[in-house]
Amino acid sequence: MPGSDPPPPHDPGLPAGPSSNAERHRLYWRQNLRLVAVLLTIWFGVSYGCGILWVDWLDQFRIPGTGFKLGFWFAQQGSLYTFVLLIGVYVVLMNRLDRRYGVEEEG
Amino acid sequence: MDWILAISGVKLWTFIIVGLSFSLYIGIAVWSRTSSRSEFYVAGNHVHSVANGMATAADWMSAASFISMAGLISVLGRDGSYYLMGWTGGFVLLALLLAPYLRKFGKFTVPDFVGARYYSNSARVVAVLCAVFVSFTYVAGQMRGVGLVFSRFLEIDVNWGVAVGMVIVFFYAVLGGMKGITYTQVAQYCVLIFAYMAPAIFISIMLTGNVLPQFGLGGAFTPEGGSVTLLDKLDGLNTELGFAPYTSRVKGVADVFCITLALMAGTAGLPHVIIRFYTVRRVRDARASAFWALLFIAILYTTAPAVAAFARTNLLTTVQGKAYSEIPNWFLKWEQSGLVAWMDKNGDGRVDYHPGEPFLDKPAFDPTPPIPGQPRVLLNTPTASPNELYVDPDIMVLANPEIARLPNWVIGLVAAGGLAAALSTAAGLLLVISTSIAHDLLKQTLMPRMTEKGELTAARLAASVAVVIAGVLGIYPPGWVAQVVAFAFGLAASSFFPAILLGIFYRRMNREGAISGMITGITFTAAYICYFKFINPAANTAEHWLFGISPEGIGSVGMALNFVVAFVVSRFTAPPPPHIQQLVEHIRVPRETG
Repeated sequence: MPGSDPPPPHDPGLPAGPSSNAERHRLYWRQNLRLVAVLLTIWFGVSYGCGILWVDWLDQFRIPGTGFKLGFWFAQQGSLYTFVLLIGVYVVLMNRLDRRYGVEEEG
Repeated sequence: MDWILAISGVKLWTFIIVGLSFSLYIGIAVWSRTSSRSEFYVAGNHVHSVANGMATAADWMSAASFISMAGLISVLGRDGSYYLMGWTGGFVLLALLLAPYLRKFGKFTVPDFVGARYYSNSARVVAVLCAVFVSFTYVAGQMRGVGLVFSRFLEIDVNWGVAVGMVIVFFYAVLGGMKGITYTQVAQYCVLIFAYMAPAIFISIMLTGNVLPQFGLGGAFTPEGGSVTLLDKLDGLNTELGFAPYTSRVKGVADVFCITLALMAGTAGLPHVIIRFYTVRRVRDARASAFWALLFIAILYTTAPAVAAFARTNLLTTVQGKAYSEIPNWFLKWEQSGLVAWMDKNGDGRVDYHPGEPFLDKPAFDPTPPIPGQPRVLLNTPTASPNELYVDPDIMVLANPEIARLPNWVIGLVAAGGLAAALSTAAGLLLVISTSIAHDLLKQTLMPRMTEKGELTAARLAASVAVVIAGVLGIYPPGWVAQVVAFAFGLAASSFFPAILLGIFYRRMNREGAISGMITGITFTAAYICYFKFINPAANTAEHWLFGISPEGIGSVGMALNFVVAFVVSRFTAPPPPHIQQLVEHIRVPRETG
């Protein structure tokens, strides 16, 4: 924001001395990439992994108390629930990251 | 003559409910008519994230999701999951990789981003062409869907149905722009989700005793005492008749993998979905919108496989092996509109359902009125297959209320839901076409001195022309439209998705790389599809496909080519100028400090 003073890092546990804004933005971006990488690994695992590649192997197990074979459940139900959860986790953690690095939007 | 009264009762309810929903949409359009360019393009960035999530869900779920998807899954069995995962998993990509950054970038359209990020009007024009091509193929299918719903439920001529749809969309898209579209889409989401869930819940109770269809799918099959689960029952029925078991794989792993990937990346790259994220105020609202959108979509998408399994169980237990006099009423009703047909090839008086086509082409009925209590006589040439039953997959959703013996107004509601799904998607696509032409082609490229007012007029004009073209394509669907709609995803995946992704995550990506990547990706994908669909359709079988990948999944390979070409070309050409590299830094952070 032009004209506003750079606010100090909000979190005392922030890596020591992110001296400049550019440095702080760089660290923020790296954290962001790490989070996205973890979430996309899960995304890949539940859909392409459990829902397509390992689906036949998983089908030997059943979810107790239901008629679902595990692979079938991942392919038609479980992966979808996981997708919703993944975005939910992303929203919460990114908003927290924004605040931690002092880049959250006002208002 | 009771049945005539019953049918006119259904029609009356359908007219009333469809009429009410249309007045609601027009009312919203009048209330939210726009006066400024920013309101017309992006609803003035004032949309709340929950409302935007609902609008995105309606925008995204088309006539195909509402009417056809469950039926396709019920034929495909477990393989049908590529629609489910493909069309929802793309939102994860959209939420994590694109939406927040495009919101930070601001502006109005996808070509806006491509043009600015790749500092080139050629890139912008390539993006405009891709956006308009993808949107037109898609919108023609929606208008056709509107016409079909009208003709099936109200027995109005398809062409009149399309015309009514055009007038409605014209009203709120041209008057209200993005603002009108957003709030009508919120209303349309409510209509369509209620219309989808109500019959699904009742059928779930009928077949499994579970209120939630998502649990019913894994529940016990109660009509026969509940000792066997629904899915085991279905596997058994399928096997008995010579079909592959419902919960097993039929297609190749590589093909399913690639189709899923093409649908996911295509979803993330479709311009009418992306522009919805420009309508919220902040980056954090864009993230939240994606969550709400997927949550609202998942309600329908986790129900669809249940509807698919219920409908197939119903078909195999109440129609297969029965004499015409024992067949349920819904079958007789939909036989009238040609969505189901029976040809007693072996003359045993019973319906035999097996794999394969029962006869060539779509059902062609003898025009002389059938004898009451007798099936309609077919004039088609029978095939050698023992199968006698023709089933249009759409029937699985359309006949649901009758299968569940729900009151007539629910049938009217399903009609209104199908129309809501088609109209909401059509409106979103028309807006993409009009903004691409008015903003990106005219204002940014050809006539930079145009005033904001002139641009708004141009946008309304472009929207009007696009409505008319879409309607004409709906009334006279050229053969290629129906074929190409399914491929819009592959084309979007192989063109936009890599260009936008690299634009955000790879600072070094330059104009030359992006343009050559987009052109390579879309040309390769379009050529592969054209070859197998139009030039040499006889060769369209697994052994002729590249790596066993069908034309539906080839967009994934096109996308990979796009990435590789873009990367290689960018390494051998000059890096983007410093101000572009700064732009990339700028969109990566929600708010710069200092």
